Amino acid sequence: MAKTDKKVPMNHVIGFALSLIMTLLAAWAAIQSDLPVTWVIVFIMVLALLQAGVQLFMFMHMTEKESGGGAVPWNMMFHGFALAAILVAGSLFTMSFGFDHGDHGDHGGEHEEHMEMDDSEGDHSGH
Amino acid sequence: MGITDILVTGEPIIYAAMVSIALVSIAIPVLLTYFKKWGWLWREWLTTVDHKKIGVMYILSALLMLFRGGMDALMMRVQLAFPDLGFLDSQHYNEIFTTHGTVMIIFMAMPFLIGLMNIIVPLQIGARDFAFPWLNAMSFWSFFIGAMLFNISFVIGGSPDAGWTSYTPLSGAALSPGPGQNFYLMGLQLSGIGTLATGINLMVTILKMRAPGMKLFHMPIFTWSTLVTCFIIVFAFPILTVALALLTIDRIFGAHFFTLTAEGLPMMWANLFWMWGHPEVYIVILPAFGIFSEIIATFAKKRLFGYHAMVWSMIIIALLSFLVWVHHFFTMGAGAFVNSVFSISTMLIAVPTGVKIFNWLATLYKSKIEFTVPMLWSLAFIPSFILGGVTGVMLGMAAADYQFHNSYFLVAHFHYVLIAGTVFACFAGLVFWYPKMFGHKMNERLGKWAFWIFFFGFHVCFFPQYFLGLDGMPRRLFITNVVEWLPLNVISTVGAFGMGLGFIVFVYNVYYSFRHAEREKTGDSWNGNGRTLEWATTTPVPFYNFATVPYVDEIDPYVRMKEEGKTTYDESQLKPIHMPSYKATPIIMMAFLGLASFGLVFEWMPVAIFGLIGGVAVMILRSFDYDDGYYVSVEEIKRIERKARGL
Repeated sequence: MAKTDKKVPMNHVIGFALSLIMTLLAAWAAIQSDLPVTWVIVFIMVLALLQAGVQLFMFMHMTEKESGGGAVPWNMMFHGFALAAILVAGSLFTMSFGFDHGDHGDHGGEHEEHMEMDDSEGDHSGH
Repeated sequence: MGITDILVTGEPIIYAAMVSIALVSIAIPVLLTYFKKWGWLWREWLTTVDHKKIGVMYILSALLMLFRGGMDALMMRVQLAFPDLGFLDSQHYNEIFTTHGTVMIIFMAMPFLIGLMNIIVPLQIGARDFAFPWLNAMSFWSFFIGAMLFNISFVIGGSPDAGWTSYTPLSGAALSPGPGQNFYLMGLQLSGIGTLATGINLMVTILKMRAPGMKLFHMPIFTWSTLVTCFIIVFAFPILTVALALLTIDRIFGAHFFTLTAEGLPMMWANLFWMWGHPEVYIVILPAFGIFSEIIATFAKKRLFGYHAMVWSMIIIALLSFLVWVHHFFTMGAGAFVNSVFSISTMLIAVPTGVKIFNWLATLYKSKIEFTVPMLWSLAFIPSFILGGVTGVMLGMAAADYQFHNSYFLVAHFHYVLIAGTVFACFAGLVFWYPKMFGHKMNERLGKWAFWIFFFGFHVCFFPQYFLGLDGMPRRLFITNVVEWLPLNVISTVGAFGMGLGFIVFVYNVYYSFRHAEREKTGDSWNGNGRTLEWATTTPVPFYNFATVPYVDEIDPYVRMKEEGKTTYDESQLKPIHMPSYKATPIIMMAFLGLASFGLVFEWMPVAIFGLIGGVAVMILRSFDYDDGYYVSVEEIKRIERKARGL
């Protein structure tokens, strides 16, 4: 709200552009690229970490010098990461744990099969 | 696409609705033009950033939505009491229970409570407005336009019909083609923006804008409940946003997140939905607890018993609310171990809730209770809510849940907690703070009539449903001509109409009080029983709330102020007050985004893209708006305060 001397917040503009580019890269990796599925997943994970870094350092107050780091929302960041952990671990726990009603053996095998199918479908849409 | 493909045709009820909508939408502009009120409406309301006016608009919209959701409920009850009448067909019935649930939770309960928070929280903490007044206006318009988008579905395009939970695969593109489900997705997405923004806004307001000296543990309990609720909103709503976005991409752009076709996971929707959905029920119940705490302390005329325990139990409830979501789908088949874990975490929630119940009882113990209308609602809440809570623990036992799941036992349970908790709180809070909003109280006699009719209607309606559920009646069933179920269904329908009657008396009371009630002269409207800062303001509250902000270093500061004969006003301390200017950008921006959503509903991409570009353009315009607001001069404050205080 208060007027600042800098009219264009360059940090925010660069951060905005970076986050858009990384989102597009992730979409490209999933839809268009010919990378193997494992690499697509690794690539998207790395992009996600970078994305979180961009948000924290270019938009939040991680680098704010005036307050001597006093405005860094450690509390909220902790809760955010805790919730993300609950989301991921909780989903894995409820969605995959205990679903083996007797047929233990082919669980892993089934999984691999899925991956291959994914791969081939990716190829089709790529062409 | 011709006009007949877009409009819903072939239903007498819907034709009647169309006619009434057409009449209302002609009548409103005609009346506005006739009374020359367009300019007033635009300047005073549509462009306002004043938290009190925005709160009033929230509450009015919520009452409208309560009427709409209530009509849905009555239609369902008529169908269930007279299943052979052919009143509704199965499709129409599906649409009605879907819209009933969605409207009541998303467009009634939350906006009503957010409306009360809007008006009361800044007054309770001695603030002059929200931290971000512009954002607050944007939140309201995003909710309002989202709600309208959802509501036009029943005349244009067809209503969603996959239940308020919108489970995939039923709600996916293959099984629910057409715009119906899209209305659900876009309506919720649009109004969700507003809810999330309000969560952040109120959180910052409470953390940063409290009166000098007021520590967190000096805050009124309603403000505390709001703060805790905001934390839940900020952490839970992004989950809904993502889930809705994924399903939208599935339906409109042909992805397969929730379809088995390309290795998607339909059950993941239920998982994500309830990861938001369970915190959501605490979003609508914690503020209710806050309202009841305020009212009980006020009319028991003593400090709330166990204030610290009350606060900590709310915080524990908020934490636990993120750890119980699986109890909504125990029967999905996640296995005994997973279910046991969530069964135990569910039962744990009963502990802090029980602490709160005992604290309310202890506040009432040996006090001189004044039986005003808000107090009646609050006293009725305690036993009624316990009935809902205890049956909730029953449902929380995973093994037993296999019997109760999807039966009317469940329906009775969640109506007992949501109506006896949230709806009672909305009525109680509205009546309690009504003088602060409109400068006069609601009529007590009519208010008591409304209360007793609604209260008995509620129990007659929902108590039989426990037994219907135990007799095996499933929910979402439109033909129920099983002879054993009929008598209880008829009783239940009678109760539902009782609630409708209670609502009519309540609304009539609004009109009656507007015409006849005595205007308030002091700010401390309830016989001088007010305990917190909102009662220290004059009535009507000046637009800047506090001419001089008081110093607060205790709970219930207004009690001591009154004992010492002080007010918050100190003429020697007056300084010019910095206030935000009214802006048209919130309503214009959300109108563009509403248009974009409407385009996406019908998959008209040019419309969607045009709306999005418009929305972004307004955002850019807003970023270059350097209007810092204006200052109210000391002379003007003096004039307003002298008039209000009769000095």
